[in-house]
Amino acid sequence: MKDQSKVVLEAKNVDKFFYNPTETQVLRNVSFQINRGEFVSVVGKSGCGKSTLLYILSTMDTDYKGELFMDGERISGKSSNYLSQLRNEKIGFVFQFHYLLNEFSVLENVMIPGLKLGKYSREQLEHQAMEKLRIFDMQDHARKKANQLSGGQKQRVAIARALINDPLLIMGDEPTGNLDKKNSDIVYNKFRELAKDFGQTMLIVTHDAEFAAGTDRTIEMEDGRVVNF
Amino acid sequence: MKWSLIFEIARALMFARMKQTLIAATGVMFSITMFVALLGFMNGLNAMLDGLVLNRTPHIRFYNEIRPNPNQPIDQSSTFENSLNIIRSIKPSTSRLAIHNSEAIIRTLEEDSRVLGVSPKISAQVFFNVGTIDLTGIVSGIDVEKEAELFAFTDYVTSGNFADLNQTNSIILGKGAADRMLADIGDVIQVTTAQGNRVQLKVAGYYQSGLGDFDNVNSFASIATVQKMLGEPPAYITDIQVKLKDLSLAPPLAKEFGNVFGIDADDIQTVNAQFETGTNIRTLISYAVGITLLVVSGFGIYNILNMMIFEKLDTIAILKAIGFSSQDVNRIFITIALTIGIIGGVLGLIFGFLACLVIDQIPFETAALPTIKTFPVDYNLKYYLIGGIFSLITTYFAGFFPARKASSVDPVEIIRGK
Repeated sequence: MKDQSKVVLEAKNVDKFFYNPTETQVLRNVSFQINRGEFVSVVGKSGCGKSTLLYILSTMDTDYKGELFMDGERISGKSSNYLSQLRNEKIGFVFQFHYLLNEFSVLENVMIPGLKLGKYSREQLEHQAMEKLRIFDMQDHARKKANQLSGGQKQRVAIARALINDPLLIMGDEPTGNLDKKNSDIVYNKFRELAKDFGQTMLIVTHDAEFAAGTDRTIEMEDGRVVNF
Repeated sequence: MKWSLIFEIARALMFARMKQTLIAATGVMFSITMFVALLGFMNGLNAMLDGLVLNRTPHIRFYNEIRPNPNQPIDQSSTFENSLNIIRSIKPSTSRLAIHNSEAIIRTLEEDSRVLGVSPKISAQVFFNVGTIDLTGIVSGIDVEKEAELFAFTDYVTSGNFADLNQTNSIILGKGAADRMLADIGDVIQVTTAQGNRVQLKVAGYYQSGLGDFDNVNSFASIATVQKMLGEPPAYITDIQVKLKDLSLAPPLAKEFGNVFGIDADDIQTVNAQFETGTNIRTLISYAVGITLLVVSGFGIYNILNMMIFEKLDTIAILKAIGFSSQDVNRIFITIALTIGIIGGVLGLIFGFLACLVIDQIPFETAALPTIKTFPVDYNLKYYLIGGIFSLITTYFAGFFPARKASSVDPVEIIRGK
């Protein structure tokens, strides 16, 4: 790994258009960097393009102009198979609504990205998954089916899943947006803990001012532009 | 990408929609069962019906045909070379029915590597004298052992012992002829040959081929008996019947041998062309029905997979977000389709085999078919292989389009869509 890889993620002049129904520019010339170990939040009004930005950064949306660098490597224009692998290995996701695969147990849900990566044996992964669940105090629920958990519990398991491959970066799209105050606080505290205790790099989109205030840095967006970072 | 994980996810998705998966597999199972049972039964019947005639028919038959000499003297005269010669009322020349130099021909044929076996035969026109009435008939002089070995002669001797035919002056009567003569086994009947010789023959058994007309006329005796009846020497033979190792070689070989020996030769294809046509059409129909069943069950799988994908859009989106590529998702759904195909197919083959066993036990007795007691079934492995392969092919194609649809799901759209 190179020395300048202090920069985990860099966006250079990213533009994004929606063509349906008419051409609308949702992102204008977005550029910023995220350094290793930073806990960054992206805030802005609804419709300002922060989620769109997140999905571009997450490599799931490849239809944009501009350049994206992850870990010093240019990832714009790579094949979708390569990007899938990259997501699996280097990015952990936490969504607002879509938490877990209901067909699997909690433990299996956490293990699946690890199994996909195929770096460790099943037994090792099971052990690691239990460790991750322990961070979130969910170890007692490991054998339950995913749909037997409450929303807050599911989200905690989802964060555990995001951590299983020790990703370079965790991305969240309003991870507390769909939770009540109590669960929201729990999840928020877990994010803080990850930042402080594990030095985990994180990029979280939120419109919760309180959440944003607790992060290292806040990127503010307005009308598809980064106005403050 | 490790396949074990793909299998695990496919399995979990199937267990989540257990009922639908089972219904799809049952559809495949049912169609494969029907396919195997139908083809087994149909081809069993085909083999039996063809066997009625083909078993007894030599692949090549050598004989001398009685006909006018094609080389009439006038055609050989140079004076009339360029004229149109019309001769009225030509009669067959006094050619012999017997095959000249038959022993040498038989020896040559037996040494040929393409020939399975050779059996000589004499056909003699006779009258059976029953009281004041004469019944016409044909007594065939046969080499009993060879006839049994090559043409399943024993299958058609319904009562009596065919080996008794080796004794001179014994006869196995066609069932129809025996019924008309009221001749029991052990009775002595009187036969007059076309030349006027009278012979007493002892009935050693009945012969029943299943073709009524044939059984009314044809009876069998040993070659020596018939030679004696006709007053001919031991070299007298009118037919040489040949069974080949490969049936399809019959037409060219008939031509080849016919030219070499200078006698008439008929091959089985020319004589029995209609049987092959019938067989082919029956087989075609059963394949058509079987494959239609499979295609219908394929649509069932297509439907169920489409529904499953619609219900599992969230799951697909999450899988893609956490690093599964389009190819992986595609493989998951193809795996589901093929699993349904394999489970349904294997069960279908087993049930198809059981269905064949059941059909094989259903009584099917008819006077026309003395050797058949139950419905005939063909257990040829070929039908099981075809059924198995087709179940995989149809389920693969049934899974192909839904899987492609699943692999093209855009996770961003699903995740943002709510």
